[in-house]
Formats: sequence, structure tokens, C-alpha cells
Amino acid sequence: MSSAVRRVRPRRRGQPTGLPPVLVPFAVLALLFLLLPVAGLLVRAPWRSMPAVLTQPAALDALRLSIVCASAATVLCVLLGVPLAWLLARAEFRGRSVVRALVTVPLVLPPVVGGVALFTALGRRGIVGRPLDEWFGVSLPFTTPAVVVAEAFVAMPFLVIAVEGALRGADRRLEDAASTMGATRWYTFRRVTLPLVAPGLAAGAVLCWARALGEFGATITFAGNFPGTTRTMPVEVFIALQRGDPAAAIALSLVLLLVSVTVLALLRERWLGALR
Amino acid sequence: MTLVADLHVVRGDFDLRLSLTVAPGEVVVLLGPNGAGKSSALRAMAGLLRLEDGSVRLGDDVVEDTDAGVRLPPERRNVGVVFQDYLLFPHLSARENVAFGLRARGLDHSAALRRADEALDRVGLAAYVDRRPAHLSGGQAQRVALARALVTRPRLLLLDEPLAALDAGTRLEVRSDLRRHLADFEGPAVVVTHDVLDAFVLADRLVVLEAGRVVQTGTPTEVGRHPRTSYVATLVGLNLYRGHALDGVVTLDGGATLTTAQHQTGPVLVAFSPSAVALHRGRPDGSARNCWPASVTGLEQQGDVVRVRLAGPLEAAVDVTALAVAELHLAPGTQVWAAVKATETAVYPA
Repeated sequence: MSSAVRRVRPRRRGQPTGLPPVLVPFAVLALLFLLLPVAGLLVRAPWRSMPAVLTQPAALDALRLSIVCASAATVLCVLLGVPLAWLLARAEFRGRSVVRALVTVPLVLPPVVGGVALFTALGRRGIVGRPLDEWFGVSLPFTTPAVVVAEAFVAMPFLVIAVEGALRGADRRLEDAASTMGATRWYTFRRVTLPLVAPGLAAGAVLCWARALGEFGATITFAGNFPGTTRTMPVEVFIALQRGDPAAAIALSLVLLLVSVTVLALLRERWLGALR
Repeated sequence: MTLVADLHVVRGDFDLRLSLTVAPGEVVVLLGPNGAGKSSALRAMAGLLRLEDGSVRLGDDVVEDTDAGVRLPPERRNVGVVFQDYLLFPHLSARENVAFGLRARGLDHSAALRRADEALDRVGLAAYVDRRPAHLSGGQAQRVALARALVTRPRLLLLDEPLAALDAGTRLEVRSDLRRHLADFEGPAVVVTHDVLDAFVLADRLVVLEAGRVVQTGTPTEVGRHPRTSYVATLVGLNLYRGHALDGVVTLDGGATLTTAQHQTGPVLVAFSPSAVALHRGRPDGSARNCWPASVTGLEQQGDVVRVRLAGPLEAAVDVTALAVAELHLAPGTQVWAAVKATETAVYPA
């Protein structure tokens, strides 16, 4: 008996011999399921006509718009999301767990619903949109800023969650130390807290940017589909398929895939690696 | 300027009451076991912990006074703190760490860096100004923390277990350096430690805290010779008993008696060193001695002596040589006679 125990123990550490074999085919199936579509994209890619497709003004416009809007949305998310993350991580107030749950709503909300929700709030007859329109003549829907707003709406939780986690992990005693040295809270926040959470903030911002770049549902609902002003890459992909041009759709998709993979690699190597 | 602190801090079930007056240039060490409230006292004086009631004054300045509703935030107290684990900013170099407080006060960058370099030079770290804390040894990090606390010319210096994180070898050197820097500091300084040697080396005056209360104050010599609680006695390595003295005989609380050389009357404390006790297999001869039967409950090697723990009418720690352990066949359960000369005992009013 004791010899049997001795034989099993070293194995448990190294090889997963305890796994029921019936799981293996399912695991392989799942892997194929995840990789096959990506492989399909690569196999069916119109490699020869790619340069021509991607240099078309419509494609270039969409790419440029996507990058500009995703970047603007990321800036918006950082400006608003960091204070929110700080509030969730540091402030003691009733209903904090409720607020935290609300923050994650856009993560699980279908993006189309997000777009409709943005309409009810910021549309011309929305609860905030109507006074904006009546008093300032500002109408948000179907404009480039609307794209930014839609993208920020769906991407903000990524940033807030990442930064809140980093803030919780940061040693608060360092902030105490800063205050005894004469630093005001604002100075401490800028010179101590922010640098301490910089890796988390960077990871959150990259995730946020990637999510904003791929945003489709909320964007097309709230901002529409106008070439040059609201037609981002994902929308352009959809339109290309609609007009029966799968080669263009695949080519544009490959660009988005490339961006995603790059982001993943960056996150794994630079930040997730550092956190481990 | 003199520090006059009257602290009452409440944290959950724990409460701390401590009155402290520290003269300029004086180093007071708060000594006590873990959880005695030493660090809380320090944090309260730094403004990081709110006083339940009480006050903190520096010279004529009221830093905090709950009755008057005055409370300066930590950043306006101008107090230098060396924290346990030092709490150096990991993302800043040694130089930037030291310059931090100067920059926070609005000094321009290059002037702050220059003064930081000077401060680091004074603690012997001129060659390490560009290192991040992760690349400093424990002793170096401690000195950066000290330079960082001193560079802003604080009115009060607070050090929380400044040597606890160091290994024995570095500790010796850093301790004597720290003593020198504390001697140079012109304001009042309060050091918190649970290490008796650190306390005795650094202190002009000791304040012993147990469970949030002061149990003894005095110079290291006074405290070391005449401990007032079993905690202090254990720290300074003495056997301590409480009893009632009459004509050179002390009747201890347990009923046993000790003959002493000094004549006191009334409630007293009696202390003697473990090395003053002799052990015998049979009842020893000699009239002027205290002797009593005891049984050995434990043996422990301590350096070149063996610490023997005795139970009996008089619980005591006794230091003997390894040779004596062999000759007397000492083992847990062994019955022995313990003897201590009257002249080896110290008797003082309880």
C-alpha cells in the first residue's frame, strides 16, 4: 500500500495521469472548433489580390477610422475608467458591490442592445440627448463621436476591471509613506499610485483598444454605417459580405485578425508575463 | 522642540494609552512584544491613524488635539518616518526616493536631486544613487529609508522596527550607523522595536509597552537591572519574582522565601541572573544561601551555556555549562537543588 502511494505521488506532479480518457476527444474537438475558423480565414485568403483590396480608398478609410475611433475610445476609457476603478478599489461606500456589478454589465450585454440603450440615453429623443439637442444643437447619433461613444461603452469594463485589480494589488502603505513625506493625495496619486498600477493600466488599455477596434453591434446601431464617418473595419467586413464580395471581407478580416494576435502576443509577453 | 504626545488609540478590541515626552535630541525607544501597540503609537503620531482622544504637540505647535478639534494631515506634520520594510517606492531610484519629499514640497527637480545625492552621500550610498530598491541590499535599503526620512529636515523622527528586516551580520553594522545618525539628529526621535539589543543600543530612554499600556520606563541600565514585568525580565534575561520584604527576607507570592543582601520593606520585586544560580544533586552546605529543591523541565543550548528551566516552589531559568549538565546528569524530570547567594539578588520596590 505504501509503495503504491509512493509510486503515484511523483506522477501526479508531472503528468496528468488522473484524467479520465473520455475527456480527451472532447478537448481535441474544442481545440479544432476554436482553430478551424481561423485556419479557414487563412486558407481562403485571396493572397494575390490582397494588396489591391486593402489599398482601396474604402478599406483605407475604414481602417483609419477604426484606429482613430478605437484610440479615442481608449483615451476616454482611461480618463473616466481610472477614477472609477480607484473609487471601486479604495473608497468605502454602501452598495459598492452593486456598482461593481453594474460596471460589468456592458461585458455581458449584447452589443446591439448596448447600441439601443445608447439611443435611449443619447439619441435625439434620449434622456440626455434631447436637452443636448435642444440647448446646444448637439446631436450625437450617426456621427464619428457616436462611434467613439459606442466603442467606449463596450470597452470600458475591460479597463476598469484591469485597473481595479492592479490597485487592489498595490501596496497602500506606500501611499501612507508618501503622505508622511509631505505629498498631497493628488501628488501621491500621480507619482506613486499611477506608476504602481502602470502595468495593469497598460494591459487594460490594450484590451480596451482591441475590444473597441472590433466593436460592431453597438456601433452600427448607434452610429450607423456611413462611409468615412462611421463605417469602421468590422462594419466594412459586414458590408463586403452583404454585397457579395467575400474576398474583400476575408482580406479585411485578416487585418483585424493580425491586430488581435499582435495584441495577444503583446499582452502575454509584456504584461501577463510580468504579472506572473 | 520637545514632543509631547498623549495618545489614546482604539482599533477594534485593542486600545492604546501612551503619554510620551521626548526632548530635542533625545531618542526614546518603545519596546514591547508584537501587538503591544508600538506601531499604532507611531502611526498615530505620524497622522496615519486617528486618535480616539488625546493630543500631539511639537514645541508650541499643536499637531493634533481632539479636544480642540485640531488635526494636521500627515503631509503637513513635517515628521520623518522610517517604516518597517522601509516602503521605498519600487519604481523610483534611490535618488528619486530621497528626492520625493523635497519634490512634493515644491522644490525644483535639479535642486531636489542634488540634496538627495548629498543625503545619500551622508549615509554612505553615493555609489548607489541610481539603483532601484529591488537592487539594494537590506542594509542599503535601510539607509536609503533613513536618508529619505531625514532629507526634509523633519521636526520629529519616527522609526518603526528599523532593523527588524536585516540579517544578523548586517544588523550589527547598520545598528551602530543608525545610532550615530540618531545622535546627529537634533529633534526628538522615537524608535519602535521588539528587539532588546536594538533597544538598549539606540535608546536614551526606554518605554516598555505591553497590551497597549506602559509597564516601565527608564534608562536602559535601570530597565535592564530592575525589570518590572516578566516580559521585561525575560527580555533582559533575568529571573523575576514579586513578593513582600521584611528584614532582608522576601516572602514571594507563591510562599517561598528568598534571603537578600539589601534590606527593603514592603512590596518588592526580586531579580537574579540565570548564571547566578548553582545546581546540586543533593542539598548544598552553607548558611547564607538561598536553596530550594526543584525539578528540571527543560534544557536548551544557548551559545556556550545550557539554559535549564526549573519547576518547583521557585520557577527559574538557570545557566550552566555543558560539563555541568553531564556531571549532574540533567534531563527533564531530574530532581536537583538550586542555590543562589543573597548578594546575587537585586531587590527593589514593586
